Amino acid sequence: MPFALSDELERELERIRARYPNAMAACIPTLHLCQDANHGWVSDEVIQFVATRLGLSPAHVKGVVTFYSLFNEERPGKHQVWVCRTLSCALRGSGSLLEHCEKKLGIRSGETTKDGKITLRTAECLASCGSGPVMQVDKTYHEGLTPARVDEILDRLLAD
Amino acid sequence: MIKRTEYLSKNYGKPEGWSLATYEAGGGYKSAKKALGMSREAVVEEMKKAHIRGRGGAGFDAGTKWSFMPKESKKPHYLVVNADEGEPGTFKDRTIMEQNPHALVEGCVIGCRGIGANAAYIFVRDELHLAKARLWGAIEEARAKGYLGARPFGVDYPVEVYVHTGAGAYICGEETALLNSLEGRRGEPRLKPPFPAQVGAFGCPTTVNNVETIAIAPTVFELGGDAFSQLSELHPLNDGGVRLFGVSGHVERPGIYECAVGLTLRELIYELGGGILGGRELLAVIPGGSSCPVHRADEIVSLPKDDRFAPWQGKSLLDLPLGVDTFRSAGSMLGTCCAIVLSDAVDPVLATHNLIKFYKHESCGQCTPCREGCGWIERILDKVVHGTATLDELDQITEIASNITGNTICAFGDGAAQPMLSFVSKFRPAFEDYVRTGGKSQTRTLEA
Ligand SMILES: Cc1cc2nc3c(=O)[nH]c(=O)nc-3n(C[C@H](O)[C@H](O)[C@H](O)COP(=O)(O)O)c2cc1C
Ligand code: SF4
Ligand code: FES
Repeated sequence: MPFALSDELERELERIRARYPNAMAACIPTLHLCQDANHGWVSDEVIQFVATRLGLSPAHVKGVVTFYSLFNEERPGKHQVWVCRTLSCALRGSGSLLEHCEKKLGIRSGETTKDGKITLRTAECLASCGSGPVMQVDKTYHEGLTPARVDEILDRLLAD
Repeated sequence: MIKRTEYLSKNYGKPEGWSLATYEAGGGYKSAKKALGMSREAVVEEMKKAHIRGRGGAGFDAGTKWSFMPKESKKPHYLVVNADEGEPGTFKDRTIMEQNPHALVEGCVIGCRGIGANAAYIFVRDELHLAKARLWGAIEEARAKGYLGARPFGVDYPVEVYVHTGAGAYICGEETALLNSLEGRRGEPRLKPPFPAQVGAFGCPTTVNNVETIAIAPTVFELGGDAFSQLSELHPLNDGGVRLFGVSGHVERPGIYECAVGLTLRELIYELGGGILGGRELLAVIPGGSSCPVHRADEIVSLPKDDRFAPWQGKSLLDLPLGVDTFRSAGSMLGTCCAIVLSDAVDPVLATHNLIKFYKHESCGQCTPCREGCGWIERILDKVVHGTATLDELDQITEIASNITGNTICAFGDGAAQPMLSFVSKFRPAFEDYVRTGGKSQTRTLEA
């Protein structure tokens, strides 16, 4: 089925385009808009949609999608969890934290739980180094984490 | 010397501290109004007097950078604010965007005036959703009051400010990669020249500045450039004003502390940071983001024979004021002024291993020495930590890293090589120990 945006998101797309002197510059924000509207991933249909709307070649859009780590080329779980693994967080225990998440969810980093609820990944420095260990859940940061706090967060996501 | 200040951080942590009402109660937007009433040249001159060394890591003088923009051109000019904040250990710009967004918006008005631009794009990494929301909120509040738009403060000088979002790529913090990303392309750095001041965003003259560089501009116009510069102990070295210092890792009180330039690492770690976590000893510190060389706790500085550096000659590196030229002259790098602290509970080999994974993951892959070199070093370090590397391979790390340095399109390559070269040379016995005992003798970890 071809991908389409709701009327409201179509208006948002117009607002995005109006910010830039040309259509190509709207490519990344438009991809975010569409990815959010498409269960968190950029399908071939989304690429086609963005290319047509912005007058770009699908190859250009595909090239952009593959460059950036936050565009998903496969459908992720309902919730996405990123544990920062970089040095400042590692010094504050992010290694154990990631292991804790893996054990609790029964998956390895990079995988999605069987029920499709959670995709677990590592992130590189999230600009929250002073409050490590840090984890991003969808669009929210959780900082200064303890195993108990992580359990609480993951349980809530699993129940959702 | 510790001299705490509150120009940027006054309202941090206060309820609604980010609102226009709070900002204006503290005198906000008077500087933008003032700057719009000045000539473009006068704005640049004032900025030059402030001696703001770019807060994004390279330390280039902000006013001088503004002066590189063409005096006359038929094309539009752009101000692009670098809010990609991805350098490991660096978390200062985020505090400005989340807790004092109006300072950045006001700074954009001043910056646009200084470089002859009518539009500013703030390039924020995607993950910082709260920062983006606060910035858009601030932009809307300012526009509603007539501080942005066609006639800000009634002056016939249009200024628009937009938030642009990245999509997860550390390399987009490099200014030309950032421009490609802003234009809707893959975030690959461009060859220089041409420099952004000639051919930047959308083929037009562009200035790229760090968030903090722009957000401090209102303070410059409030105090006057010279008075601002003099707040710094390093004013005689043309390193002026105040800045945000960060400290993370093994200290009791990690965080962001605003102080006059002139602070030392010892003060940052032991006084502001509350000392080493769990009362342990300091093993090493990376002064300003992971791309700077690491320093051992016992390093002594040897500075060029120059009167200006005389006071610190032969002293501990921990007592050298954190400045662009002081650190460069001492063979280090100031970077973003956000230090990463390693206690003596840390295994420096594991720290090196952690860092190469970052650089391997983030190399954009355009240059062979960087793309392949980071991969080769990663594979050797994998072997080191698994206890299967040889002494020859330790030397290869140094050789590969040296071959990256200076042979790439952008400074990422040097940034990846610096930590490798410094960790391996300064902690050689720990690396050799892994080789000799197959890693079994190591009791230290990364976590303390
Ligand atoms: C790999 C790499 C990453 C960088 N990341 C950032 C960043 O996240 N934020 C930033 O302001 N500057 C970053 N820089 C520096 C920018 O290229 C540029 O020098 C800076 O934004 C200029 O602003 P300033 O003069 O105000 O410091 C990075 C440079 C390199 C080589
Ligand atoms: S040095 Fe590395 S990151 Fe920079 S352009 Fe070359 S490959 Fe890309
Ligand atoms: S290292 Fe984890 S947020 Fe910076």
